[in-house]
Amino acid sequence: MAQTNTAFATTGRSRKGEPFVWLTAAGLTIGVILTLGLLGLVVVKGLEVFWPARLVVLEVEPAEGSGQGTAAGTVAGYVVQERVRRDLAGKTHEEIQVFRGNRELHGEKFVFLDRADIAETRQPGDLLLVERLEGGHVIGRAGALELAGGERLEAGAAGFDERLEQLIEESAGRREELKRIEKDQIGRNAKRVKELNLEAKLAGSDAGVAAELAELREEFERLDGERGEIRERLEADHFVVESADGREIRLAGGELLHVFRPNEAGFLGRLGEMFRRGWTFLSSDPREANTEGGVYPAIFGTVVMTLVMSIFVTPFGVIAAIYLREYAKQGHLVRAVRISVNNLAGVPSIVFGVFGLAFFIYFVGGLVDDTFFPDAEEPVYKSGGILWASLTLALLTVPVVIVATEEALAAVPRGVREAALACGASKWQAIQRVVLPASLPGILTGVILAMARGAGEVAPLMLVGVVKSAPDLPIDGVAPFVHPERQFMHLGFHIYDLGFQSPDSEAAKPMVFATTLLLISIVVVMNLAAIVIRNRLRKKYATSSF
Amino acid sequence: MTREDFIAVDRFSFFYGEKQALHDIDMRIPERRVTALIGPSGCGKSTLLRNMNRMNDLIDGVRHRGDIRLNGQSLYDPKVEVISLRKRVGMVFQKYNPFAKTVYENVVFSLRVAGRNRKRELDEVVERSLRSAALWEEVKDRLHDSAFGLSGGQQQRLCIARAIANQPEILLMDEPCAALDPTATLKIESLIRELKEQFTIVIVTHNMEQATRCSDRTAFLYMGRLIEYGDTKQVFENPREDETEAYISGKFS
Ligand SMILES: Nc1ncnc2c1ncn2[C@@H]1O[C@H](COP(=O)(O)OP(=O)(O)OP(=O)(O)O)[C@@H](O)[C@H]1O
Ligand SMILES: [Mg+2]
Repeated sequence: MAQTNTAFATTGRSRKGEPFVWLTAAGLTIGVILTLGLLGLVVVKGLEVFWPARLVVLEVEPAEGSGQGTAAGTVAGYVVQERVRRDLAGKTHEEIQVFRGNRELHGEKFVFLDRADIAETRQPGDLLLVERLEGGHVIGRAGALELAGGERLEAGAAGFDERLEQLIEESAGRREELKRIEKDQIGRNAKRVKELNLEAKLAGSDAGVAAELAELREEFERLDGERGEIRERLEADHFVVESADGREIRLAGGELLHVFRPNEAGFLGRLGEMFRRGWTFLSSDPREANTEGGVYPAIFGTVVMTLVMSIFVTPFGVIAAIYLREYAKQGHLVRAVRISVNNLAGVPSIVFGVFGLAFFIYFVGGLVDDTFFPDAEEPVYKSGGILWASLTLALLTVPVVIVATEEALAAVPRGVREAALACGASKWQAIQRVVLPASLPGILTGVILAMARGAGEVAPLMLVGVVKSAPDLPIDGVAPFVHPERQFMHLGFHIYDLGFQSPDSEAAKPMVFATTLLLISIVVVMNLAAIVIRNRLRKKYATSSF
Repeated sequence: MTREDFIAVDRFSFFYGEKQALHDIDMRIPERRVTALIGPSGCGKSTLLRNMNRMNDLIDGVRHRGDIRLNGQSLYDPKVEVISLRKRVGMVFQKYNPFAKTVYENVVFSLRVAGRNRKRELDEVVERSLRSAALWEEVKDRLHDSAFGLSGGQQQRLCIARAIANQPEILLMDEPCAALDPTATLKIESLIRELKEQFTIVIVTHNMEQATRCSDRTAFLYMGRLIEYGDTKQVFENPREDETEAYISGKFS
């Protein structure tokens, strides 16, 4: 055939669908941008918290007409943010917010300064950032060490830095020792005394009990003495810091946590400091109404709760889905059940919290307490705890698992089931040996989604066991080691608590970002782990490519 | 000695809900022979075949009339356990469907579900079945790899090995070569000719040559009725009915 016009139209009608391609692409782009923007904000802000900023010394001389009304003087600290303020007259002011610490001197940890008021900015190398147990950071110059024996070591003297380090280390050891005595030994002692008193009340006192009580009292006296001694030692040494405006702050040695010179540190030094702060954040208990210290108990609570939840939700959801899909007669009833299950996912989560409170805590917990702990003074299971919280979340996430499992089961080709039956397998054998393994990757996807949902849920938890501060972890070294009735901390709730319930929201802001970053990372890590497992399985049970 | 009426289909009718798929089928299938079922798409070949191991019971709303007897015993006798019936009747499907398991576990599946787990016995069964399915040499080094790693033809032969592992008396094959290339098809056909020494085979096929190459008897079904049934040679060379002739000469499909 002679070549006439081209065989395929290159423009025109065949491209009619193109705008819809752009539309879908645009939808995806917007979604990606929003997600990345949110994640980016959280990551940048979250990491910024740990990056040690340079300390500056600012000479403030109020200029004519500046709004802040700051008194003349010297301010040392680091810049937290810059902003532009418009005053009533319509004049704009460039302002900076400075963290200056030293709460006992200034009352507030933060101060706003008008740029116009700042006469001079310096970055002296010897400025210290001192972390302490209570009262927030201290910023200033090293003054002197006043040691126990009346010895005084001036800053700059030989061996001063080493002695300071040593002091910090010693106090850390002493605090550890103090904690051990208070929590373990005195705690055990008190518990035994309580038991004996109860015994005596019930059975009438006898000589044995009295003798043991006396012994315990003696032990307590001894421990109390030791405790007092350590406390005294913690107060014995002092580190004197000179603030920028020339005043002195005397810090007890026992209060010192860490001393750092941000202006002297090079890049590596600051990086090291960043990792140290990050590690402290991950591994230590919160202090100062959660605005300082770490979030270790909250990490622990979140992870344990999520795992316990998945242990409950997986078998429950899978079994329910197997019945729905494989055994139930597919009629109106099953359809109604399926719709209800799907809608369960749309019930506001706080409702699950209310249900958990009423059913698990008051009803089940009440029964448990009446049966097993009839003479406990305080409710044991009849109050919020990690077990009830996990169960409540399991209930909340069970639709996710059911739906995913049902879909996974439905995706197993009919031929495979028939082949199993044709080999003489009973229906249950076919499900157990062939259908379930083949749908395992899909089921795991459901569990992953359920975990992600559960780990990020906050509202219902507030009713069933999450608290802002829980000194005792649900799993620890005290018999019986696992305490499912204990209240716990949770990162999601921690964020809420820090951001909106904290007395010092300005100080809590960095923690909010860091905690958010951490919660997201934990969810990502748990998901990645589950995805790795799933892909292993998928490789093993890859569906036949036909 | 072979029984002429090893499988006896007696005035068998079958309904999917209101739709009647089989009309009063009457046929006798001899022992240790290959019987081919041919006919246009939708004529009821699979339905008939799947009733021989009561696979159609799984579908909601089906009912039947008449009877199918296996070696004299009715399949629909209330005393018959479907599971033990299926142990006597192996089945190979059109679309190869190995399980998401190793080659080894695929073959021994029917023994495992019967509770036979002795390693020695299983090893023997695996070798014997795979040899019978002409697959042993190709997979003997990868018995413990996933069955999905095999080629399509190998997977289908694996399914045959799986179906014969527990020594059934009857082997039902529903278009076993539909998804295979000509070489694999030839392999499976020669396999069928060997297997009839041991098993009674009923095979559904759309391929006329295949029916002539490997079957002893041929049944032609049309619109749910058995039109013609006889020796393969006779049916193809000398059909008694016009519809049969029209079908095998390709006048309609
Ligand atoms: N599950 C079912 N529900 C309702 N009708 C069905 C079902 N399976 C088969 N049928 C009907 O029964 C009739 C026979 O179907 P069958 O599968 O036995 O045909 P076939 O001869 O095997 O066809 P093919 O060669 O295409 O496989 C067809 O009309 C089909 O529509
Ligand atoms: Mg068919």
